[in-house]
Amino acid sequence: MTTQTILPVNAEGLSELSKRSNEPAWLTEKRLNALEMAAELALPKLEKMRIERWDIQNYGSHKVSDAVTSLNDVPASIQELVKDKEDASLVIQRNSGTIYTKLSPELAAQGVIFTDLQTAVKEHEELVKAHLFTVTTPEESSVTALHAALWNGGVFLYVPKNVEISVPLQAVMLTDEEDATFAPHILVIADTNSSVTYVDNYVSGDSTKAIVHNGAVEVFAKTGAKVRYATIHQLGEHVTDLSYRRAVLDNDASMEWIVGEMNSGDTMSDTNSILKGSGSTSDSKIIAIGSGSQKLNYSTRAVHHGKNTSSQMITRAVMREHATAIINGITKIEKGATKSDGQQTEKVLMLSPKARGDANPILLIDEDDVTAGHAASVGQVNPEQVYYLMSRGISREIAESLIIYGFLAPVVSEIPLEGLQTQLQSLIERKLGQ
Amino acid sequence: MATNFTIEGLKASIEGKEILKGINLEMKGGEIHAIMGPNGTGKSTLASALMGHPKYEVTEGVVTLNGEDVLDMAVDERARAGLFLAMQYPSEITGVTNSDFLRSAINARREEGSEISLIRFIRQMEAKMKELDMNPEFAHRYLNEGFSGGEKKRNEILQMMLIEPNLVILDEIDSGLDIDALKIVASGVNAMRSEDRGFLIITHYQRLLNYVKPDFVHVMMQGRIVKSGGPELAERLEAEGYDWVKEELGIEDETVGQEA
Repeated sequence: MTTQTILPVNAEGLSELSKRSNEPAWLTEKRLNALEMAAELALPKLEKMRIERWDIQNYGSHKVSDAVTSLNDVPASIQELVKDKEDASLVIQRNSGTIYTKLSPELAAQGVIFTDLQTAVKEHEELVKAHLFTVTTPEESSVTALHAALWNGGVFLYVPKNVEISVPLQAVMLTDEEDATFAPHILVIADTNSSVTYVDNYVSGDSTKAIVHNGAVEVFAKTGAKVRYATIHQLGEHVTDLSYRRAVLDNDASMEWIVGEMNSGDTMSDTNSILKGSGSTSDSKIIAIGSGSQKLNYSTRAVHHGKNTSSQMITRAVMREHATAIINGITKIEKGATKSDGQQTEKVLMLSPKARGDANPILLIDEDDVTAGHAASVGQVNPEQVYYLMSRGISREIAESLIIYGFLAPVVSEIPLEGLQTQLQSLIERKLGQ
Repeated sequence: MATNFTIEGLKASIEGKEILKGINLEMKGGEIHAIMGPNGTGKSTLASALMGHPKYEVTEGVVTLNGEDVLDMAVDERARAGLFLAMQYPSEITGVTNSDFLRSAINARREEGSEISLIRFIRQMEAKMKELDMNPEFAHRYLNEGFSGGEKKRNEILQMMLIEPNLVILDEIDSGLDIDALKIVASGVNAMRSEDRGFLIITHYQRLLNYVKPDFVHVMMQGRIVKSGGPELAERLEAEGYDWVKEELGIEDETVGQEA
């Protein structure tokens, strides 16, 4: 079955919008090409789930967002997230556009660039042009094509050679207006031997009308660069989240993904490290809670091309109520990637008889001289464990919550940013309904 | 309050198969009772049924602790009423540190607002761990995860010492312990002996009873207590085995509920 993609915008409208934003001609053309592809390409094929049945048509249209000059003026829904961050390097997108950007003067003096992508396209055209849509390409599916056609706001982060940044740079992506296209694109380039941590939050406001978030992330970790990318999605029930995250690693580069899947709506996410350079390493941690009648499809991938590369992927998911999660871990080791090592673990804990979880560990190995391993488990709260805790006087309710938090703790406690760990912990508590 | 624990006509089954066929026992604070018997005679079932393990269904009988109906309580209520079972196979629980677990267990007995202070708790825990010759790092390890058999048993005794229950059941606490560990565990038990605390020690060896002297010894076979006596009974069992008991009572197969 093929489903005709209903285009949310026509070529004329898209071209006009691009021109109104003073985008360079190559970009306008890229958008138009992508739109054409979107009409022809199929939806991505999800393992054991039919994305056709999801609410994925609601792209709305581009709406202008008013910039704010002070963090006091940001919407109430994100006040807490930006509290005391007047001096922090921060980008805020609201609906179709960026409303706030700030880069600390110290980082600016070192040549760091941190702004929204639409601005970067004009101010750092060559750098953007050389990287944009080279890893997440429009050709893959109607979803990636539509993203390339419609993307807005976004983040551009460039860290020059040998610059090491210890304080995390942050972004907040907010969708709170009905019918406003929300499709941020994040582009991170960490130049040779640099190191950086980037943290973002995806949040939705009070609106309850169905909307799609179609987002993509491209990370380029050049030789010896270290990138830590943390993202927390806490979008509401009315938001369908389609997110592609990809990183390309050069020699000896390292990538760390920390993903908190705390949405309340249907979610497809795909987090991928491409270990191109020899000696590169990747570590992915995905923590997910599903509730209500959410349909969730999470994939984590590592593709080994370089020799001596290593990847580690861990997913822990807790499913409540009627939530369904399909969790895929794909480790691919290409011919020639000798002495590489790929390890993955997916674990799902189901809290209700109607919750569903599926863990699919997949190893695709075309090289003999490698090590790889996987472990997966799907289960319910172990009644023996509950009995044991209760036999010490602990109530059933507390016993179960100790076990559930304990299930996530080995991953949560490994998150290297204390603030993020605390935030995630409180989101977990909220999603678990406590 | 002097502890009083009675079991009357207790019957229990697992998956429809009756294992306990009418157990009667009366214990008072300060007493140590040992239940001995070969494997498969229902000893551990008795321990699990008393604690309320979900797999065992109590079909008949009355159990009271200080006059309160134990069988009517949920597992956690039994524990808070003063019952403690040191388990033969304690669960491993990832992500829950031993110390967080112990503190939750202590606080479960206290009113909200009068929880044990962190400092006081740590001081108590460290002192007891030292008594049991446990590596202090075990406080921060996940509950029983990766513990050896002996370490798990010591951890059970540590919990007992911190929780200070009224009626302690030790289910095969001596299995898998070398002689040094056995002595440490025994001295932990002896340190907890008091007028208001009773112990029910389940074992099939006399070994532990050399270090923890029982007041009463009961022999279990076929899901019943078939013989009771003083400490001399345990010694005779150690010296002569169980055959003479079987002969005396005309029992051929002492086990219960086992598949042929």
